[in-house]
Amino acid sequence: MTKLKSIIIMKKELMSYFTTPIAYIVIVVFLAVTGWFFFSPFFINSQAELRGFFQLLPIMLAFVIPAISMRLFSEEKNTGSFEIIMTLPVSTYDVVIGKFLAASTFTVLMLLPTIFYPISILFITESIDFGPIIGGYIGILFLGGAFSSIGVFASSLTKNQIIAFMIALVICLFLTLIDKFLFFLPNYLLTFFEYLGADFHFRNISRGIIDSRDIIYFISITIIGIIGTVQILEERR
Amino acid sequence: MISVNSLTKYYGELLAVDNISFTIRKGEITGLLGPNGAGKTTTLRMLTCYLKPSRGRISIGDFMVDENPMEIRNIIGYLPESAPIYSDMLVFDYLKYIGQIRQIEDRKRIKEISRICGLDEVMHQNVGELSKGYRQRVGLAHAMIHNPEILILDEPTSGLDPNQIVEIRNIIKEIGKEKTVILSTHILSEVEATCDRVIIINKGKIVADGMTTELISSFGNDVKISLKISGTDFNTLSEEIKKIEGIQKITQTENNENLTSAVVMATSEKDNRPEIFRLVTEKEWILYEMSREENSLENVFREITVGGGND
Repeated sequence: MTKLKSIIIMKKELMSYFTTPIAYIVIVVFLAVTGWFFFSPFFINSQAELRGFFQLLPIMLAFVIPAISMRLFSEEKNTGSFEIIMTLPVSTYDVVIGKFLAASTFTVLMLLPTIFYPISILFITESIDFGPIIGGYIGILFLGGAFSSIGVFASSLTKNQIIAFMIALVICLFLTLIDKFLFFLPNYLLTFFEYLGADFHFRNISRGIIDSRDIIYFISITIIGIIGTVQILEERR
Repeated sequence: MISVNSLTKYYGELLAVDNISFTIRKGEITGLLGPNGAGKTTTLRMLTCYLKPSRGRISIGDFMVDENPMEIRNIIGYLPESAPIYSDMLVFDYLKYIGQIRQIEDRKRIKEISRICGLDEVMHQNVGELSKGYRQRVGLAHAMIHNPEILILDEPTSGLDPNQIVEIRNIIKEIGKEKTVILSTHILSEVEATCDRVIIINKGKIVADGMTTELISSFGNDVKISLKISGTDFNTLSEEIKKIEGIQKITQTENNENLTSAVVMATSEKDNRPEIFRLVTEKEWILYEMSREENSLENVFREITVGGGND
């Protein structure tokens, strides 16, 4: 039953994404930026590779996913419909998981057209290494899930969508860039902080090496985000 | 049906609901009456499991609010204040969505509820484009779609025009024939028009609780006569005036002239002014002022809730 109700909520949230122009704007901006980063070396330097694309993705998603998820709870709190959903026979977990699934599904839908990039490479070169591509996409799924969870959490903190966006953006950017800021640290400390960084784990997976440590990292962030959101919502009652 | 026991709610330091207890029997329409900020909405939010009580117990049917929130949410239909419904959905989609969450897959129920609430013409309009009256009706449909035993409505007619108010009241009365209804309002005539029973709360406390007709007759039939007399003191006046039939109470009031002034409470069955006048002339006092005022429910409400919170 629990699962079913989250799915109903997820469908409703996805539907409301596509009844407003914001969803289309976000998707177009995302594809335009990633497309430019993919196609400019493609045409200018005649390089057909996805490394640049996958390197860029974590930063891109650190901006885009907070924009997708910022409205999930903030808007409901602002309009008061939060009171309606919380007095229906659904548990707080149903609601949070439903909204998290909606944000993640939206991210997947947004990423789907980018499959065109590796396919276009496939047409012009015979030798293509599928490992990093498949790894890259698997990594991006986990990263997208973790960021969505952070976005949902940030959205549950405030009525104001802009504040929710900023909170999620700061957390996501921190996780993405932490290992790049800490080059001055001694090596043993660096490895520790590197482990905290989302980008470090994403790079591991996108090399085509699926290590359980990286998977566990992303899943933990996702679960912490969801439990944190439920705690926040329960606390405010 | 519903029993509330020493219910208390703090928002941080602020005491919103202060140790209130009441029971509501099955099939009654109960009005929760109070000025803005009296704690009506907070009380309803605790009944619907939206807020957790700081102290106290609420049981609804066989269930406790803190132990079986899901069961309680299943038997309650709740319309929050000003019906905050998703504005980007069609009315039909919205009712379908609520139906799905409440596990009502039958399309016939949506049709039925739209007929009861008069929504047939707007089923394929956006909720955000509806007038306030229709929006409120969508809210009612939302609260009743699962045919709940208990219906809780927070200010169901606020912000509506007089025609819409009458329509919504008729729907509520119709529902109230079979169901237990609790509604909150700060409008007295609303209680008189729709409710069997009224609980008046002020500053988080219950100040009156009873059947509407009883409350009106116990307060509403009173008449207030203000007097200003010279030539006597209050005690003699009080003694003499109590001999008049129909006089219930006399209280001394302040005045800055050198007169004896008092307020007399009397029943409205008979006008007591001639007798008071006769008494005054008989005793050779001098009557400076005498005025009569019907003590309506409106006055009662003002009296017992005076200084009520400002929203």
